[in-house]
Amino acid sequence: MTERSNTKSNYSRRDALRMLAIGGAAGLIAPNLLGKPAFAQTPPASPTGRVVVGFSQEPTVFNPLMPHTECDDAVHFSVFDALVRMDPKGVLQPNLAVEVPSQKNGGISEDGLKWRLRLRDDVRWHDGEPFTAEDVKFTLELITNPKFRAWRTAGHSLVRDIKVVSPTELTWRMEEAFAPYLSFLAETFMVPKHILEKEADPNAAAFNQAPVGTGAFKWAQRIAGDHIELVANADYAGEGPYLERLVFKYIPDMTVLYTQFKSGDIDLVDQAFITADHYAEASKLSDRVVILERGASVESIYLNLEKPQFKDPAVRQALYAAIDRKAILEGLYYGVHNPTETFMPQNSYYYNPNLPAQEFNIERARQILDEAGWVPGADGIRVKDGVRLSFANSTTSGNHLREQTQQFLQQTFAEIGVEMTISNLPAAVMWGDFWLKSQFESAISGVTNVIAGDPDVSNRLHTKAIVAKGGKGSNTGQYSNPEVDALLDKGARTFDREARRAIYLRVQEIVRQDLPFLPLFAYANVFGRKEGLEGFEANSNARVASWHAAGWHWKG
Amino acid sequence: MRGFLLNRLSQSLILLLIVSVIGFVVLNLLPGGPLAQFGLDPGMTQDDLDRLKEQLGLNRPLLMQYLDWAWRLLQGDWGHSFRDGVPVLTVIGRHVFATLLLMGTSTAIAIAIGTWIGIRGATHRYSLFDHVATVGAMVALSIPTFWFGLVGIYIFSLRLGWLPAGNMYTIGDGSVLNYLHHLILPSIVLSLVHVAIWSRYMRTATLDAIGQDFVKTARAKGLSERRVIMKHVVGNALLPMITLAGVQLPSILTGALVTETVFTWPGMGRLFLDSLGYSDYPVVMGLLMFSAILVILGNLLADIAVAIVDPRIRLG
Repeated sequence: MTERSNTKSNYSRRDALRMLAIGGAAGLIAPNLLGKPAFAQTPPASPTGRVVVGFSQEPTVFNPLMPHTECDDAVHFSVFDALVRMDPKGVLQPNLAVEVPSQKNGGISEDGLKWRLRLRDDVRWHDGEPFTAEDVKFTLELITNPKFRAWRTAGHSLVRDIKVVSPTELTWRMEEAFAPYLSFLAETFMVPKHILEKEADPNAAAFNQAPVGTGAFKWAQRIAGDHIELVANADYAGEGPYLERLVFKYIPDMTVLYTQFKSGDIDLVDQAFITADHYAEASKLSDRVVILERGASVESIYLNLEKPQFKDPAVRQALYAAIDRKAILEGLYYGVHNPTETFMPQNSYYYNPNLPAQEFNIERARQILDEAGWVPGADGIRVKDGVRLSFANSTTSGNHLREQTQQFLQQTFAEIGVEMTISNLPAAVMWGDFWLKSQFESAISGVTNVIAGDPDVSNRLHTKAIVAKGGKGSNTGQYSNPEVDALLDKGARTFDREARRAIYLRVQEIVRQDLPFLPLFAYANVFGRKEGLEGFEANSNARVASWHAAGWHWKG
Repeated sequence: MRGFLLNRLSQSLILLLIVSVIGFVVLNLLPGGPLAQFGLDPGMTQDDLDRLKEQLGLNRPLLMQYLDWAWRLLQGDWGHSFRDGVPVLTVIGRHVFATLLLMGTSTAIAIAIGTWIGIRGATHRYSLFDHVATVGAMVALSIPTFWFGLVGIYIFSLRLGWLPAGNMYTIGDGSVLNYLHHLILPSIVLSLVHVAIWSRYMRTATLDAIGQDFVKTARAKGLSERRVIMKHVVGNALLPMITLAGVQLPSILTGALVTETVFTWPGMGRLFLDSLGYSDYPVVMGLLMFSAILVILGNLLADIAVAIVDPRIRLG
């Protein structure tokens, strides 16, 4: 398809420079094969230019402590700062803090209960007021204020006795040792005390519509239903910003989002990214850089382990062996995603790459079931101890790729004497009590198991997280293994990265063996941006592509 | 007239009550609810969800929630959006201009062209023009608008590069010309269906009028065909169009659901879809009441207009 540059956009100068620089031939080189080019130019001395980022959902929540979804993160990451920030390698870096507290540097006591944070002394709010430890105290206390409609409170609810030692130092006590809290702080953006303390009702504060932060960009305006505009914070304490304006544009339809990327109306595609079916075409576009970036969520077949069909490990192993993942990935999912053996994101520091690889082998699957005593009945469906190897599989109705996957699985499972029926439900029903309270037999779901990039998966795999058994959490497959429980408990109390890594590598081994769910693939996202937008870095530990717009700049 | 208005007002209030009750119940019966969007957020615990449910007042009995909402509405408080905390009337106010611009333009196009096609089709019945217009109207009515929209974007934006691929204006450029440039494609796409509707109605109404005795009288008086059509036929044929205009009036302010999505137009139709998707009850209810009031007003205005234009009709 031929393209015409959109004459309505203001890029003619840059376009011309780009043409001079690369002779218009860049599109012929597969851009996704190039990493960050060695000849990347240095950013401009003062903020210049504008980037328009497209989203398929409208950012609407600008108080970062209130309940919000992925797309809102883009505004929060740009307008606000947190104490620490998770980098693309999954390593915490200081942000408003001068160092990441650890047991080694004395920021966290040996028992994990006493925390001390040291803050930068050169940070100012967008209105010029200095940022101090009082703001941190106010933020953490606001989150647990019962009158405030706070977002996540996990971890925060353990914080006690926050004491401001000096404007750049504060301490607190934790009710129990909880290592993931450090990662959670990377998604806890600091809000200004001097503005919010005057509000009688923090839920209805004017601040929530015109946020004031310490971040690289300042709030400019919101055109409801259309876009949000931010401007450079020239006094930003950290690196950048290099852009004068940053625009988050809402485009409600995925196809239109991609169309406007092609037409040049948007410079970068953020949540929910370019759809997999457009990947092949998008990667051939001229003047566009389209890359596949590993995401954090994993698509799996979840088995409700309390159903008699799935209690026998042999059944789970046989089903896993009967899945032709290669055909599903390449035939149905456009070859975009990656096979995986674990729930851990593949970009995580805690990912275990040494797990046995699944092999599609119908013969082997049959053999496993034969050996375990599952005998085909008169109708060809295997039976053991009165239990028929038949189950329903559910997912969101209308999700065509998943529906095709189901039909595909149905056929291969039938070949090994297993009957799978398809019973799909609308999203709101599917992911309500039906999913959360384990009323399904089996389900296909794409799940992000880690929170804020932290490897603690107690919420998904711990026995105490089974809601159907009175627990709290999202262990919807009702997986229960005392050894895993003990490891998860230990991991949540362990602060040392290496020691934690060993724990979660072992958890992944056991889970791979137990197969409480059958991994289909790890999601990859198709990121697209205009050629010449430099300083962009993907980060699967953040939920948006616009997690670090402070570093972006136009080439030339 | 006074009795008529009082009568209408009481009918309208009952209608609004019924609409609000049905809307409220159906909305709350839909599975999911405003907190469903956080159901798959790994960091939100069940405790968090329960707490938010209580803070938003969603754990109260449905009747209580309705009465609370209705009582506030009677005092002029339309509530706040669950999504962004903005007052509902402000939310509506922020989207109504975009819709008015798009729907106003496309309706004006539709009325002008549709009326002309309808009259010409009726006066040249069974001519080539009439056949083409009839088939064209059927095609326009049976093909979904979003398809026209996507085809339009493909041809005029991606292939030819003449028109923008959606949006109301280029960010950073708020000039009138820029708005007009963005308005062309969506307003023409939207007016296609309306041209079809208006032309069919107008054709029927004109044919009706042509067959009347007073037209024969006018012709017998020796008036020119042109004068007969313009003065006697069209004037009478426009009467039923006033009623149609009354029915169409609300849509000028409530917007087009699909077209606004395809063309990334920040109007009321998309606001409704988005609010429904997020189960933003206060905004959805606000939009329902807003459109119900417009429907009542539209019909009322049409009735009054018909009574003024047609001396045979008396209100009361």
